[in-house]
Amino acid sequence: MARERNVGVIQGLRYQGGGPQIAWLLHRISGLGIVIFVTTHILASFLGGDIGQFINDIYESWWFQIIVIFCALFHGINGLRITILDLWPKLLEYQREAIWVEWFVFLPVFGLAVIVIVNTALGG
Amino acid sequence: MSTKSRTLPLTKRGMNFETFMWLYTRLSALALYLFMLVAIIGALIMGARNQMNLADVMRWAFTPNYTHVQSTNVPELDPWATPFWKVVASLIVFTAATHGLHGVLSVLDDYFAQPRARVLFRVIITILIPVLIGIGIYVVWTA
Repeated sequence: MARERNVGVIQGLRYQGGGPQIAWLLHRISGLGIVIFVTTHILASFLGGDIGQFINDIYESWWFQIIVIFCALFHGINGLRITILDLWPKLLEYQREAIWVEWFVFLPVFGLAVIVIVNTALGG
Repeated sequence: MSTKSRTLPLTKRGMNFETFMWLYTRLSALALYLFMLVAIIGALIMGARNQMNLADVMRWAFTPNYTHVQSTNVPELDPWATPFWKVVASLIVFTAATHGLHGVLSVLDDYFAQPRARVLFRVIITILIPVLIGIGIYVVWTA
């Protein structure tokens, strides 16, 4: 059964987990972000009208697209790492190396997408 | 590493509902990758190379709904609005909603240890999943 934990927020923040902890934290934040974006996006299309238009205007703004792409890309690439390492547990020994590979994949794709989004926003 | 791995192989872990959902989260992630791959290949076949930029292709890949390519240079929307793409989009809605809302539950479980709170969140998520899937699939087929 569930136990009460005695770890406070400050203590939790002071925990120095390095790369894996950052990936865990970003995975959690980006996952919750996607749930909120997708839910409001679907509801906006469903409701339509002024509310739908208002939400869609935010959705289609360039700065919001950068946030969405960050969340979706990071969650996807980090999720692939988790899936591969969890389904082949022997690979878990190479978790830190896997996180480096992950950033090498994520940064160029995300960077390129940001350049494209900003270029389009500037009318390029 | 010289120490022996403490991780049990998947087949020896036993199966209950929570373990099943743990496995489902991983397998649905792979399924979502498969759907994205289908959407990207489809977009390339339909001429995305000349008519869409990288960000547009990603937008289409996340959910292949024709409203996602309306603002691009695609000349004809019909091939992007076929029943095939609506079925793929519906499958994505189902897979993503179950994966995502169960993920919210895992996050909530980390911060709420009281059994009553956990039951309450399970009830809320169990109601939300079919409602949001229903709205999502309705939007895909009517919007």
